Amino acid sequence: MAGIVRTLAAAVIACAALALAGFVIPNWLVLVATLAFSKGLVALGIVALMRGGLVSFGQGTFYCAGAYAAGMAMRSFGIGDAALLVALGAIAGLILGIIIAPLLAGYRGIFFATLTLALSMIVYGILNKTYSLGGSDGLNLHAPSFFGYHPARSQNASYALFLFTSLVTVIAAALCRIHFDSVRGLLSHAARDNEIRVEYLGASVRWINGINFVIAAVLGGVGGALSALSLGHIDPDFAFWTTSGEFVFLAILSGYVSVTAVFVAAILLELVRSYSSQYFPNTWQGALGVFLLLIILFLPGGLGSLALRLRPRGAKPARAPAENPNDRAP
Amino acid sequence: MHDPEKWKPIFRKDQALYVQRTSVKLAAAILIDGVIDASWLFIVAVGLTLVFGVLNILNFAHGSLFSVGAYAAASAVGWYYGGDLGPPFLGYLLMLGAAVAVALILGPLLERGVLRFFYRRDEVVLVLVTYALFLILEDATKLIWGAESYYASEPYALLGNVSFFGLSYVGYDFALIGLAVVTGLLLWFSLNRTITGKIVLAVIHDREISRAMGVNVTRVFAFAFTLGIFLAALGGAFTAPKISVQPGIGVTVILLSFAVVVIGGLGSVEGAAIAALFVGFARAAAIHLVPWAELFIVYLVMALVLAFRPEGLFRRMSARKI
Repeated sequence: MAGIVRTLAAAVIACAALALAGFVIPNWLVLVATLAFSKGLVALGIVALMRGGLVSFGQGTFYCAGAYAAGMAMRSFGIGDAALLVALGAIAGLILGIIIAPLLAGYRGIFFATLTLALSMIVYGILNKTYSLGGSDGLNLHAPSFFGYHPARSQNASYALFLFTSLVTVIAAALCRIHFDSVRGLLSHAARDNEIRVEYLGASVRWINGINFVIAAVLGGVGGALSALSLGHIDPDFAFWTTSGEFVFLAILSGYVSVTAVFVAAILLELVRSYSSQYFPNTWQGALGVFLLLIILFLPGGLGSLALRLRPRGAKPARAPAENPNDRAP
Repeated sequence: MHDPEKWKPIFRKDQALYVQRTSVKLAAAILIDGVIDASWLFIVAVGLTLVFGVLNILNFAHGSLFSVGAYAAASAVGWYYGGDLGPPFLGYLLMLGAAVAVALILGPLLERGVLRFFYRRDEVVLVLVTYALFLILEDATKLIWGAESYYASEPYALLGNVSFFGLSYVGYDFALIGLAVVTGLLLWFSLNRTITGKIVLAVIHDREISRAMGVNVTRVFAFAFTLGIFLAALGGAFTAPKISVQPGIGVTVILLSFAVVVIGGLGSVEGAAIAALFVGFARAAAIHLVPWAELFIVYLVMALVLAFRPEGLFRRMSARKI
């Protein structure tokens, strides 16, 4: 119980801090942070899966589903409220997740990764040829309203969206933290370590992974809807494998220990991307690749492991992994 | 004179004949296109599967090495035919030489210079490492060869045309099928019938025991990786005359060969051959029958195969950890 209270308190403080920060930081950074949080939510889903030892290379499926659900609701039904659109994105992710989860529950490792990749590429291929949804050009969206508030100036609009995204992000992050610390959440760690042992203890690994998959799907849908609102445009590239690869990169960069690290990593990645595209316009992808290699080489546990290292020894929580699974011999 | 009863059957028969003839033609077209597509796909995918079998790495950068091979061959061919330097058939040897050069330079460089630092990591992390290599290599190719397209069509026209069922094909495409068959047989023979091959198989089976038996596993790794790179570059070099070589070709190739390798079973040479045919036919059928499905038919096939055989067509299930 104390853990939950602490998490909720941290969430309230984080919300207030973000709301204040939005006033202080320049407008371009507000835009970057909004997009980074939206993508961080999707990566948080992969982190939830990673705790159970699975990595999905196809989160683009749900990211895209959320974005298109929000986009179609806005264009076809005239729904303009951000909260409603994001809820629709979450529902789209949920439905798709519940349909796909049982199909994928038996797969592990590289097979799970490639199968999720295949699913996302099927979605990409279909959307490219579905002309009623804009085909490969995608669709443009107009600015959303927030609980009845229609921002008049663009600066207000970007701040409002940032505030809304921060709110959603903090709520999602707090819920994930509570789930991760719960018995079912901790069982994911055990399942990654040794599935048969967990089965003998009476828990179902299928069920654990299934739940994690649905959580990841919902987070993907929410992130997709928020991205659609902040970009003002949706296209099939939301489901392309490079998009999914970026989420996996984020999850690896942050590690699976800390939830906050996911969003720090997301902002860091967006900054590295915008700076390297400014300073090395022709080789920024390569620069990103070098960055990625260095992170994997020197920070195998991700940014989250840094926080763990800085913590005083006595205060190390029970959830700290005893060994880094990334160091296992193949 | 115009008795409808008299005309009807003839008309029907005629129509049936027409339908039959075109469907035979269509089937032949799908079959031949599929095999041609499968040929270069097999060469590339078998390299990917070999690298996975030995090093346990699903190499995302494989497609970039295909495109480096294609660029190198296109440059060499352009230089050779542009200067009219010798007998035209030597161009094929030059393409082979380009692939060998790419493999000998990049294989040891990537394996010794980068990958070996990551061998103890999780296989999914290794996929991400090669994804980073892919990003770097794509930009490096753009820096070296620029963003414009290269054409190397001279070798393509050299072998003339062949016709089947009234369908006309370029002879080069059939030479490519021959190359794929020769590559596959050579690889199968050297893996199963030579000492070096048996050592490689031993490392695939259990690298620790192999090391204990005195096998230099490090050298096998470098050798297998370079051979895998050579196969990617070979596929690229001999596909170059068929296509316009431009940035981004590696992406399509890696996604297709991924599908082939996963369908066939990771690490299986026979599986790669069967799966390449599978994928080739699926793509050809989609192009002829449902063109809009071409973009994703391969993944559909892959998802269907994995749904029934999670480890692919040709891979034994591995034991679960207790």
